[in-house]
Amino acid sequence: MYDKAIKAVKARQAKESIRKKKEYRLTILLVLFVLCILSLVLSVSFGAFKISLTDVVRAIIHGEETTNRQIIWNVRLPRTLVAGFTGICLSLSGVMLQGVMNNPLASPGIIGVSSGAGLAAVIILVVMPDYYYLVTPFAFIGALGATVLIYFLAWKNGINPMRLILAGVAVSAFLGAGINALLVFYPDRVHGVVWFMVGGLAARTWKHFHILWPYTLGGLCTAFLLTQKLNILMLGDEVATGLGLKVERTRMVLIGLASLLAATAVSVVGLLGFVGLIVPHMTRLIIGSDHKYLIPATAMWGAALLMACDTFARVVMDPVEIPVGIVMAALGAPFFLYLLRGGIKRNVKS
Amino acid sequence: MLKAEDLSTGYGDNLVIKELLLEIKEGDMVTIIGGNGSGKSTLLKSFSRNLRPLGGSIYLDGKSIFKQDTKTIARKLAILPQSPRVPGDFTVRDLVSYGRQPYLGWTGHMGQKDYEVIDWAVSAARIDYLQHRLVSTLSGGERQRAWLALALAQQPRILLLDEPTTFLDIGCQFEVLELVKSLNGRLGITIVMVLHDINQAARYSKSIVVLKNGKIYMKGKPEEIVTEKVLEAVFDVKVRVFKDTDNNCPYFIPVGGRCDLKRVTDLQDKNNILRR
Repeated sequence: MYDKAIKAVKARQAKESIRKKKEYRLTILLVLFVLCILSLVLSVSFGAFKISLTDVVRAIIHGEETTNRQIIWNVRLPRTLVAGFTGICLSLSGVMLQGVMNNPLASPGIIGVSSGAGLAAVIILVVMPDYYYLVTPFAFIGALGATVLIYFLAWKNGINPMRLILAGVAVSAFLGAGINALLVFYPDRVHGVVWFMVGGLAARTWKHFHILWPYTLGGLCTAFLLTQKLNILMLGDEVATGLGLKVERTRMVLIGLASLLAATAVSVVGLLGFVGLIVPHMTRLIIGSDHKYLIPATAMWGAALLMACDTFARVVMDPVEIPVGIVMAALGAPFFLYLLRGGIKRNVKS
Repeated sequence: MLKAEDLSTGYGDNLVIKELLLEIKEGDMVTIIGGNGSGKSTLLKSFSRNLRPLGGSIYLDGKSIFKQDTKTIARKLAILPQSPRVPGDFTVRDLVSYGRQPYLGWTGHMGQKDYEVIDWAVSAARIDYLQHRLVSTLSGGERQRAWLALALAQQPRILLLDEPTTFLDIGCQFEVLELVKSLNGRLGITIVMVLHDINQAARYSKSIVVLKNGKIYMKGKPEEIVTEKVLEAVFDVKVRVFKDTDNNCPYFIPVGGRCDLKRVTDLQDKNNILRR
């Protein structure tokens, strides 16, 4: 009797804490959304050319062709949106790969996206720089090609995540050797390659945005449909199979989708692989590992972070611009370590 | 209802199970026993379609399990693997709710019926009071019951258990096996499990299958299997068998075997000589 009463009280307390946890997660999503909007506004308002906030609003709302409108509409807005969408692509890719391989070190780099795109871009920029405009499509093909190669090499009666990761490391090292060889043989042309290798958003325009958005939106929708499957995959292959999940096929779809998203992003802005590794971890530390919340949170946090970092990259050493990849790593890594050391109270893990 | 026909399977070139024939009847509670490497877990993995056979096939209700829709099978057959893992921040109820996966459409939306089944599974596994706790904070026995609840949420007719009591203390082992027994007795779920402890197998199964070198050495009721002759032939151990009159089942204690007492004393003598 007494025992039962205690159990009932405990159950009620637990229920209460579950409700609180749900509220906490929804609040986090809301905060991230606000951060996203804030980053967008900041990114559009700040830059080499000073425009006040009211002028920004006026330039966007009123249709008259002023210099302000020219700058905001043709320079800052596309660049900001490219930053945001790249952030979404890379961080979604990372979160899916970490889920599907059950490995915290998985990132777009591990399935060869970075090295594949890198080698393709370097070949174009170094060997035939006259065709520089082919960098984007070639990098895209290179990235997907490297993933397919790694998947093929790791296949043996199905895909074992560990073997996939090892094959990924080996292929990346091989392609990396190719990149380095080209850079050594053509030292005079290295300069043109550097921006691609660190990742930068300078001079990104609507053209780039139009490449990005179909993949981003498509990927985002597909990712939302796969959240339940990702959760089940985290219980291990045996349990997932027992629950009627086609493990091999699901894994292939997820890796393919992750590769596609990362390839798109990388071919447009260069090798920003770090985003895909670290943003999912940051979000997981804050919101937990349930993909129902993790996927939207990661997408928003990735977008907000990249837009904010790009603004910082443009403004801090004005008029010189730092490549966003450097800012991302320099600010992101310490912040990530802060989270890792328990800087934010982990309500989720309790 | 579940049948392995001429089943051969293994890993790579290493054939673990050789042309095995086994039929499991509805309502049975079968334990598979055998020495290390005899193919117990491999057989269970084949039944749960985690391992494709190299020869022969496995039939569920007369149809090969590799030709049926995997979700349809998941509604009939549930598995609890040896040491399943779970993310640190999943609650018991989260975990159990994944058992509804085979019944959900592609959107993953759960209806009233699904919630009712989850409630039922949670209370059938007697973890009502734990359902809002994090799985990572549960004790071994509680965790195993949570996994059983997940399997129950699939509303299976057959439940496969791979060493459900390994790593548990004796109290938890008892608790889990009693629960499994009640699932068989009260809900009529057919149980197929692998156990290491033969005394537990003798007490908790209706029939026992003995594997040796990937083949069925013998099958029958516990009192036919737990005998001095069989255990010596399979495990190379001399035992003395008694009757547990309370539970009406046999039990045994080992008295000697591969390393019998005489050899041990011989060894001790040798050591003493060396020390001198």
